[in-house]
Amino acid sequence: MVLEVRKPRPLWEILFSTHHTDVGLLYIISSFVFLFMGGALAMTIRTELLTPGPTIISDPAFFNRVFTVHGTDLLFLWLLPFAAGMGNYLIPILVKYKDMAYPRLNAVAYWMIPPGAALIWLGWADIGWYGYPPYSTIRAPGPAADMWIFGLKILGLSSILGSINFVVTILKCKHPDMSIMKLPLFVWGILTTSIMTLAALPTFTAALIMLYTDRLGVSSFFNPAMGGDPIAYQHLFWFTFHPEVYIFFMPAIGMAYDLIPKFSRKPIFSYASGVIALILLSIIGFASWAHHMLATGMTFTEKTVFMIGTLAAVPMSAMHVFNWLATSWGGRIKFAAPMKWTFGGIALFFAAGAGGVVNTALPLDFITHDSYWVVGHFHLFVMGTISFIFLGFMYYLFPLITGRMYNERLSSIHFWLMFIGAIMVFVTQHVLGLFGMPRRIYDYVSDPDLIIMNQIATTGAYLQGIGMAVFLYNMINSAVRGKPAKMEDPFEIGEVYYDHRRREPH
Amino acid sequence: MGHTIYEWVYIGVVVGILIWVGADSWLVEKHLEEIPEEATTIRVVAQQWFWTFEHPDGTKEVGELHVKAGKAYRFEVVSKDVIHSFNVPYFVMTMDAVPGRVNKIWFAPAEPGEFLIQCREYCGLLHYQMRAKLIVEA
Repeated sequence: MVLEVRKPRPLWEILFSTHHTDVGLLYIISSFVFLFMGGALAMTIRTELLTPGPTIISDPAFFNRVFTVHGTDLLFLWLLPFAAGMGNYLIPILVKYKDMAYPRLNAVAYWMIPPGAALIWLGWADIGWYGYPPYSTIRAPGPAADMWIFGLKILGLSSILGSINFVVTILKCKHPDMSIMKLPLFVWGILTTSIMTLAALPTFTAALIMLYTDRLGVSSFFNPAMGGDPIAYQHLFWFTFHPEVYIFFMPAIGMAYDLIPKFSRKPIFSYASGVIALILLSIIGFASWAHHMLATGMTFTEKTVFMIGTLAAVPMSAMHVFNWLATSWGGRIKFAAPMKWTFGGIALFFAAGAGGVVNTALPLDFITHDSYWVVGHFHLFVMGTISFIFLGFMYYLFPLITGRMYNERLSSIHFWLMFIGAIMVFVTQHVLGLFGMPRRIYDYVSDPDLIIMNQIATTGAYLQGIGMAVFLYNMINSAVRGKPAKMEDPFEIGEVYYDHRRREPH
Repeated sequence: MGHTIYEWVYIGVVVGILIWVGADSWLVEKHLEEIPEEATTIRVVAQQWFWTFEHPDGTKEVGELHVKAGKAYRFEVVSKDVIHSFNVPYFVMTMDAVPGRVNKIWFAPAEPGEFLIQCREYCGLLHYQMRAKLIVEA
């Protein structure tokens, strides 16, 4: 166990360590740094949209760069590293092994993140986080787009190395007495996520190489003037990134399965259905990629196939929600911070899921497509659900990482600011989409309805910003001055906490 | 395993709702996809960052499109440079303008009025200003 604050070690010992708790700690800390950096860009975007016309940014090119880096940063530098960090911290403990299977590879995977992040932030590209050609090949200025491509390549490689490590650790290094159907569902979440990553990411890696050679002018995969097809990139891209939303989500599912039985003081409702739903979700997640492209002029048959593929993923997610609610049903629930965040996340997930069905129903999709509805839907899911459960899990692991307890009252303030803020921003964005406001725009039509809704959304975003500032203060202050946690059962829920005696790094 | 029966009923209900949603949207979309024979064809050319509309008689309009109420129109959406998306929010028309492809979409306005045409796919610096006016005449 790394009780850093009580028994500080020199910084370089943590930085050069290959021990899973140290690498996990580095992952978690850097993911929070990028969460705050990306969040600052979100504040910039919302402030700019407070009123029509230029508000704080005078140059639309700067705005385009802000939303590109905001998206890339939060998806690849907050969600993925945080899940990898928690996995690193807990997987060896949960499968009862001394470390990850390949500790050095693990450290290498982590250390690919800073250069990748530097390329993305210093490149400051304006091609959107999806980088559609031909804009990203023939119009976007270099070297920004090139740096974006290389940054993502490095981050993708880091994810693949991390995933290999997780799969091997879970399948080969688990305690011999532990059968695969005895693994905690958090481990299942990380396992299915890692396998999905290994299946999905190589496609995007290929797409990035093609994009880069197109930019160099030596190929024309996506250039229609020379026989290429820009839609081909979209297929490759979404074949990776539709499953990717499940890759972001499934660690959060695993965390919810870990938290809910503990804080409800009841055994899990149906372990087997949780495992089945995770496995099915990881397969069906691949069947729906082209629903992002329904407006690109696909044939009716193609559209039908992808509508069915997308709808097929809903029962699996619904099964998880059923499991969670049934687990807490009739339990003696303790609403400490982790449980509050998980429940808030489930509530918002329900709303996001209902909106998702609207997105996939063909005639309705053409109302919502590329409008603020999609922004609202996506953020309700990524910020409202995944990040909520992640933050709850951070509170849950806080005693394990620091040996101290966070301030419960501040965590409550943080939760309510974020929850109300999320509803104000993301639900309003759904309505903005129905009013026809397109996404990724620097300025909107000066219409009273649009103005008032954008202002509600911006106010909600500020509430969230204040909430995150409270969180930052709580984490730092409690890590240094918080009261020491009772390490056997810090939340007083009568459950055995994770093994906190994990020894110092080797 | 007494609880599994609830789970199966619940999953059955969810699947039932989804089949209903899917079947219904399939039927509606099938109806929407049929372009009327008598529709007038208008070519919509997207480029950074404005719209050009070409009528069958060869006349061109930039930034404005005049059509008549009560008639059906078929749009052939093309792009000269990057991907744009031809969108008239009021009439729920969204169709990407993809270089190298001709995408088709249609509508038949009933009432005269003035409506917004905009670009819905991020296309660079002035994407937000890539708007045009749709004027439906009586």
